[in-house]
Amino acid sequence: MTGDVVVSRSLRNRLAMILTGGAAVLAIVLFLVVRAYAAQIAQQGQDNILNASVSSILDAAVLRDGEVELDFPYAALSMLSTDADDRVFYAVYEDGALLSGYDGLDTQDDEAFRSMNYDGSTVRIATATRTLVGANVPRRVTVSVAQTQDALSGTLNRISTNVAVFGAGFFALATVLSFWATSTTIGQLRRLTTSVTRRGPQDLSPFTKPVPTEMGPLVGSLNNLMFRLDQSLKQSEEFIAEAAHRVRTPLATVRSYAEATFQRVENTENRDALRSMMRAIDESSRAAGQLLDHAMVTFRAENLDRIDVDLNDLLRDLVQRMTPVADMRDVDFILDAAAPAHLHGDPILLQNAFRNLIDNALKYAPADSIVTVRVQTAPDLSVSVTDQGKGFPPSEINKLADRFVRGSDTDGQIGSGLGLTIARDVAAAHGGALILSNRSEGGACATLQF
Amino acid sequence: MRYIAVLILAVLPAFCFAQDWEDQQKFGANGTPILRILSSTDTSFFAPIIDSFIVGQPNVSVEYIVTGTADLDNEFRQNPDRFDVVISSAMDLQLKLTNDGFAQRLDGISHPDWAQWRSSLFAFTTEPAAIVLNAAAFDGLATPRTRQDLIEVLRANPDIFMGKVGTYDVRRSGLGYLFATQDARTSETFWRLMEVMGSLDARLYCCSGDMIDDLIEGRILVAYNVLGSYAEGRADTADTLTVILPSDFPTTMMRSALVSKSASDPALAEAFVNHLIGLQSGGARAAFPLPPLNSGQDPTGQSSIGLEPALMTYLDALKRQTFVREWEEAIIQD
Repeated sequence: MTGDVVVSRSLRNRLAMILTGGAAVLAIVLFLVVRAYAAQIAQQGQDNILNASVSSILDAAVLRDGEVELDFPYAALSMLSTDADDRVFYAVYEDGALLSGYDGLDTQDDEAFRSMNYDGSTVRIATATRTLVGANVPRRVTVSVAQTQDALSGTLNRISTNVAVFGAGFFALATVLSFWATSTTIGQLRRLTTSVTRRGPQDLSPFTKPVPTEMGPLVGSLNNLMFRLDQSLKQSEEFIAEAAHRVRTPLATVRSYAEATFQRVENTENRDALRSMMRAIDESSRAAGQLLDHAMVTFRAENLDRIDVDLNDLLRDLVQRMTPVADMRDVDFILDAAAPAHLHGDPILLQNAFRNLIDNALKYAPADSIVTVRVQTAPDLSVSVTDQGKGFPPSEINKLADRFVRGSDTDGQIGSGLGLTIARDVAAAHGGALILSNRSEGGACATLQF
Repeated sequence: MRYIAVLILAVLPAFCFAQDWEDQQKFGANGTPILRILSSTDTSFFAPIIDSFIVGQPNVSVEYIVTGTADLDNEFRQNPDRFDVVISSAMDLQLKLTNDGFAQRLDGISHPDWAQWRSSLFAFTTEPAAIVLNAAAFDGLATPRTRQDLIEVLRANPDIFMGKVGTYDVRRSGLGYLFATQDARTSETFWRLMEVMGSLDARLYCCSGDMIDDLIEGRILVAYNVLGSYAEGRADTADTLTVILPSDFPTTMMRSALVSKSASDPALAEAFVNHLIGLQSGGARAAFPLPPLNSGQDPTGQSSIGLEPALMTYLDALKRQTFVREWEEAIIQD
């Protein structure tokens, strides 16, 4: 049943990958968005100061005797001091001609703020224009103030570092959370797997424990499948039992006819033929009987009818009933049952199991030998049946209890291959096991341990 | 006195050359490399600093050229590749040189933030502007402690002081312009003082040294906005001078050094600036004759003129034009 399953990628890994990948993407997006936003705000701050500087210079412009005078305040440049000691440039134009300040500060009226390259540095430049109305013609005074962006980029770097640390923390936390979420989710599946694995081989009852919604269809299908499997198993077993039953009665009739004919026939050839026939009929009827037994065991094992059984009584009765068969083969029984042994179980099943074991021992016991039935109460309750025959073939000892498996050295003994299966199933139904072994002094030993 | 003799000897030949430097001296072996220093500080103050620098590097020779602050700025702007280190007391001009990209970034030097700009311009002294008096002339008069005191003394005694007061000619001296603009920025008293000095037919000077010379000689009795360090240097030897740091508000500048972006040997230039900064914090008066950086604030709550872009405000052509005109109106009264 541990069959090979075609596995394609792990659900857990895929889930974890999607979650952590998503977290990584989110962290990167967060980093980029916050950085861009911070850059915008920082730039806005610089622009505001540049604008204030331009305004304060422009405000100081006056016309005196037809000449533009510009006695701008100390604060106009003082406000541009930064931690990074940014360079400052300014230019004053009158009707487009440079009046004072730095040449080459390219000004365009349509834009209040611009970034440009000046003297090897990137500068932010603010520009404003004012019209002075004098006696003759209006004069347009344009003022530009530019500042390098060292402090700004320092601030941005600091923010970037902080946001990167924050993003990494977010990612780490999200990863931990995703692993937790993944294992919790996968845990449900694992729990279902465990409960399927732990079931006994005969247990085909539906799962009743609550499962998450998403697993409902799966468990439903599983239950449905098991129900159908159970049905078909029951049907086939009923069919076998029915078939065995139907075959057994006519076989008995055929056997009685064969025996009657055997008594009357003188011819040796015919007698041999009839003997073979009776033997075959015996074999068939025994097989049919065991099939019926097996079907009965299978049925009763599911609905155990437990009472308190005195194993010693049960075995004594059984041995007594089988003694005639043993006598026919010159085999003696020894029942070794000293201590009282009680078991809470189904007496019919137990009797069936013991009978099959003793039957087997009788079949393979040589003449003038002893079959011992021993009841032990310590350490565990167990019943063992031993003979003095050849023992189990060691190479097959593990398979002998499987259905319809017979040893390779059965020497034409009648058998269906179901005896040990019945014994094993009964033991399993009682929570025990069938242990087959060979004794060191010769002979097989079959033990039912409870 | 030895320094003065050296100075005179050095100045004489300088006049013979086409380039009229105030002073031009060579230190150390005649080999290479040559560290060319353009400075506004008198050679006498820098000789021990250069000497101690050469002791550590025997192969190096130093050419030390002295000129006025305004001329220095002009000269360096035109020929930035002819000089390795530029030292000036005109902070505004130095800062503008740095802002305009003439200075090299020296990342190997650690210096307090307030005493440097862009790791390119390094301040290494703190020097106040002082009122210097001829002590004998003030024998019977109250010694002025503030600018207001000075105005009152001058107004009350025009007969004594007529033609005997002196100050910087802000048109010729970068440092004088810096002191004047900072004074004007702080208080209106400056303008009243200029008017009073103008009414007394003030003499105008290019440099602190000349003013002090004339004070010692008795040609003038009061000099306003003289470099305190120069005056103290002389006051130690001549009892004739009284140096007063005005208590109403001090105007304090920091001498600063920068390395030219096109210096021939940047590492050597950086080593010199480093040496300079190391000496000022060392505190040995003999090795560093200039006043060291003073990080502490003045008791009046005013610190030195800050190294910040705002220093460029008064260097604006229009602003300078306006300021100089006002200053001329106040001090030149024909």
